[in-house]
Amino acid sequence: MHLDISAVQEPGAYTGYIRKKVLFLCACTVILVLLAFVSVGVGSVMIPFADVIQTLVYHSSGNAEMIIWNIRLPRVLAAVVCGIGLAAAGVVMQSVLRNPLSSPYTLGVSQAAAFGAAVAITLFGAGTLGRLISDAIVVNNPYLVTICAFMSSLVATSVILLVAKYRSTSPEVMILVGVALAALFTAGTTFLQYFSSAEQIAAIVFWTFGDVGRATWSDLAIIVAVITPCLVYFMVKRWDYNALDSGDETAKSLGVNAERVRTVAMFLSSLIAAVVVSFLGIIGFIGLVSPHMVRRIIGDDQRYLLPGSCIVGGIILLGADTVARIIIAPAVLPAGVLTAFLGAPLFLHLLIRGTRS
Amino acid sequence: MILSVQDLSFRYNSHPVLQDVRCEARPDEIVAILGPNGAGKTTLLRCMNAMLRPKTGTVMLGEQDILSLSRREIARSVAHVPQHTEPPRVTAFDAILLGRRPWIGMNVHQDDILKVQVIIEQLHLSGLALRHVDAMSGGELQKIVIARALVQEPRVLLLDEPTSSLDLKNQHEIMRFIRSVVHTHHLTALMTMHDLNLALHYADRFVLLKEGMVYAAGGEEVITPKLIEEVYGVPVAIRRWGGRNVVVPHADADDSLRLPGDSPGTVMSM
Repeated sequence: MHLDISAVQEPGAYTGYIRKKVLFLCACTVILVLLAFVSVGVGSVMIPFADVIQTLVYHSSGNAEMIIWNIRLPRVLAAVVCGIGLAAAGVVMQSVLRNPLSSPYTLGVSQAAAFGAAVAITLFGAGTLGRLISDAIVVNNPYLVTICAFMSSLVATSVILLVAKYRSTSPEVMILVGVALAALFTAGTTFLQYFSSAEQIAAIVFWTFGDVGRATWSDLAIIVAVITPCLVYFMVKRWDYNALDSGDETAKSLGVNAERVRTVAMFLSSLIAAVVVSFLGIIGFIGLVSPHMVRRIIGDDQRYLLPGSCIVGGIILLGADTVARIIIAPAVLPAGVLTAFLGAPLFLHLLIRGTRS
Repeated sequence: MILSVQDLSFRYNSHPVLQDVRCEARPDEIVAILGPNGAGKTTLLRCMNAMLRPKTGTVMLGEQDILSLSRREIARSVAHVPQHTEPPRVTAFDAILLGRRPWIGMNVHQDDILKVQVIIEQLHLSGLALRHVDAMSGGELQKIVIARALVQEPRVLLLDEPTSSLDLKNQHEIMRFIRSVVHTHHLTALMTMHDLNLALHYADRFVLLKEGMVYAAGGEEVITPKLIEEVYGVPVAIRRWGGRNVVVPHADADDSLRLPGDSPGTVMSM
């Protein structure tokens, strides 16, 4: 069969509709970049916007240079990159599991990763105690921590994939699986604390609050090295995720290997969750909130939903961290606390309203 | 493109579903796969695009064994309209554009957009193009799904009960549409159906399955009252009406269909 396209005109209404989505993505990107510049200047030491630009572009000497390059910039970039990564993991999980309540946090994958990382820190000696409360724990073997976190998150992911194989699994049942997994791995982490010294307990408790301020430049390099290839892969496969949105049978008839796409997507989402948890601790709800916000505005089409969610995820985590730095200044709240305040009400709203409108 | 099924057998675990099925469909032809529930109609259709792998036997697509082709290659030749579609929350245009998936590389090309536009105009769907699929009626959704299958530019069209969720008007509209597409584009079409009269009206040839085996196959002449009673277990009469054959069940002859309280001889309305 061949469709003759010589007689038709470009569908103007559709082109306009797509242009709006692209415009939305551009607007979000601009907001993210502006927010990043503002955020670099915000904190216990306020740096004027002009000085931020000058320091970033020309370098300068003095306090501003030190604060920006050593403290603020890695913090801001970590927030942006991890926000993007968590949102990507969330939107992909929601798509391949056909479940709008999915995200690394709500399915217990983040908690599993935290347990794995805690094992690495307490049992395998991958971390040592810092002197200051602000860096209560220093990870001196980030690779070991990440690998342990990943292995542990894969256990949770395997359970989720096994449950997803049963056809009748409703979104609510999947969330209960997530609750069970989260409880199990949180109990595991508590178990480790029971046999730890007082300082170690303090360290683990502090560490399980997600805080983007923990990332150093070298941590950031690892985070970027892991998340970037995952994002590229997700973008390449965005048509497959669109196909899966119409059900496995349709996807297969369009040439998509549904099982493999689902397994690889879940595997990479777990990897992202594991690397974020290893370096920043548990930051909840980004993967749930940002896809839903973007979906409201530009719909379910993964071509735009995926990049849109990523950018909005970056904005939310960076915004949360910026607010966390000034809300009780000079003290700094962990960003994970704020994202939970934002995410938990939305999660309840989704449950009450029903998952499929 | 000729699609032929040769000695195909399929089993779910140890439960045999299809046994030694042989059938064939040619271009410009609609083949109706008939049979009672559980006869293996849907399974046969799913074997035809390698969604299920038969235990023995082959499905030949032209000169090629379908199992020697990749999923994408199959999707470029064979389009499938499943019985149930989960409506995604996207516009009709995007839902149809998804049918280009077997042909697109990294991104959609302008040609893909134009091909969707061609189909939308041919199906008179312009009014629906930017509406969301998840808010559509069953008839509208079915047209979108068929449009998506056609924009795949297939040579074989497989339809699993394409009219099962439609009202009378939509049933005939969809069937007329499928018939005209098949003839315009010289497609080979196979569809499973429950409605014998709809099948008699629109299909060119018939394959009757019973308990996973081909009970009869051929043109309209194979559809006889005797055969239908043997396959479906319901006595019927076949009458000429408006120049075509019409199957009329006369259920009163069958004790199993009589409602409690019915006096013998009462004709049950069907």
